[in-house]
Amino acid sequence: MKKYLAIMKIRFINSLQYRIAALAGIITQIAWSVLGVLALSAFYKSNPLTYPMGFSQSTAYIWIQQAFLPMFMLWFFEEDIFDSIKKGNIAYELVRPVNLYNRWFCQSIASRLAKGVLRCIPVLIIGFLVPAPYGLMLPPSFIQFLLFLISMTIGLFVIIAFCMLVYISTFYLLSPTGMKTILVFFADFLAGSTIPLPFFPDKILSVIKILPFASMQNMPLRIYSGNIAGIEALNGILLQIFWFFMLTLVGKLWMQKATKTVIIQGG
Amino acid sequence: MRLYFKFFLMNLKSQMQYKTSFFLSALGQFIVSFTTLIGILFMFQRFHQVDNFSLTEVLLCYSIVLFAFSLAECFAAGFNVFPKMIQDGRFDRILVRPRHEVFQVITLEMNLSCIGRLIQAIVIFIYAIINAEIHWSIDKIVTVFLMIICGSVIFSGIYILCAACSFFTIEGLEFINVLIYGGRDFGKYPFSIYGKPVLLFLTFVVPLALFQYYPLLYLIGHSSNRFYIFFPIVGLLFLMPCYMFWRYGIKKYRSTGS
Repeated sequence: MKKYLAIMKIRFINSLQYRIAALAGIITQIAWSVLGVLALSAFYKSNPLTYPMGFSQSTAYIWIQQAFLPMFMLWFFEEDIFDSIKKGNIAYELVRPVNLYNRWFCQSIASRLAKGVLRCIPVLIIGFLVPAPYGLMLPPSFIQFLLFLISMTIGLFVIIAFCMLVYISTFYLLSPTGMKTILVFFADFLAGSTIPLPFFPDKILSVIKILPFASMQNMPLRIYSGNIAGIEALNGILLQIFWFFMLTLVGKLWMQKATKTVIIQGG
Repeated sequence: MRLYFKFFLMNLKSQMQYKTSFFLSALGQFIVSFTTLIGILFMFQRFHQVDNFSLTEVLLCYSIVLFAFSLAECFAAGFNVFPKMIQDGRFDRILVRPRHEVFQVITLEMNLSCIGRLIQAIVIFIYAIINAEIHWSIDKIVTVFLMIICGSVIFSGIYILCAACSFFTIEGLEFINVLIYGGRDFGKYPFSIYGKPVLLFLTFVVPLALFQYYPLLYLIGHSSNRFYIFFPIVGLLFLMPCYMFWRYGIKKYRSTGS
């Protein structure tokens, strides 16, 4: 356990270096939140009766989503993992006495956390300053807030377990760009990054909400806003835990198979 | 112009060397903007209209923005990778050649995989003009033409602005990208839905609304003001400060020495 904590610490400190990039990210995320909220409000004004969640719930969804974007977005990968597979550095990794799956997992958690921590605070502050109903409200109760934290943590695990599958597929595909983009953008859409899941047509939603993608950002964001509460929230978290175990299981088995037959590229 | 065409063919040939990779990234581009399209469709299934714009009108607007953006992304891609050119010293080589440096940056790098996005823009565009009730006449055809051409020039202007910043910072300045990608992602809806302040900003500071919102009003018959046809041309004025900033950057430029 100690060695994994060390890996996480190194990554975390490394990622904190990029402050200018963080500033750019913060500006982007604030602009995206404001425009996203304004777009939703235009839809709300043109037809408030068919709006599928409370308006302030949906704005909270957008603000929290943007504030923690580096933790939620699927298309954020560790480039050096792809490099190590493509260039053959993986040979060194394989002889180390560290489980490669766990190592990559920790590395991913740390760099996502570091990015998230650097960026979330200014976005959250601006979000709270913007007047209601356009701004960010507090969660409805303290218990709901705790549930949100739990759900966000598991959501992060589910996301990384999914990314691990993409990394492992690189063993077979080598050039990950095309497949990666196609898969990941569909997954990201189903996770609710383009429009929140409640805005999907009801029939499609009833299928999508049990898929692993709905256990990523959808659950914590809707718990924060109070759109999902009480028993429903607990069930949602259970579903998240289920998907986390499933994806990790598949990932670990696949990794074992891949590393046994792996061909080291180049020297 | 003949030289430009030659460079274009060179780029095309070199990217065609890796056919699978080329088609996969084109397909990737297609899918990426496809999810935006599904998003719009889902929203309209629920709300039917936004700010008095119907689905076909929004699709028309989205396809024109996408069209303009992908043209700019294709032909101004050199400015997108410009920080790299400065870092590895390629820009020094450009400066000693007897051609205009903007021309060279454009020809050095073309990203032709954006054809995936372009195809999609064309498909949505055709769908939208078939379904929208527009009484076509010469002036409306001119309007569409101006919207697309001037739109891509304005997007390129932002790319130049972004590239010029890297004269001073060496690294890319990401946050100007907000204007480019924000323009693309939020330009799917007519800019007026974001309210007055945003519309004013996009009219007078970064004139994206000049090619997207005002001519669209004329095109779909929400307004009969014929001046709106020429608003995209007014937007071209935006190139002047961009180019001046670029010249200023070149004057201050010091090689990174690699």
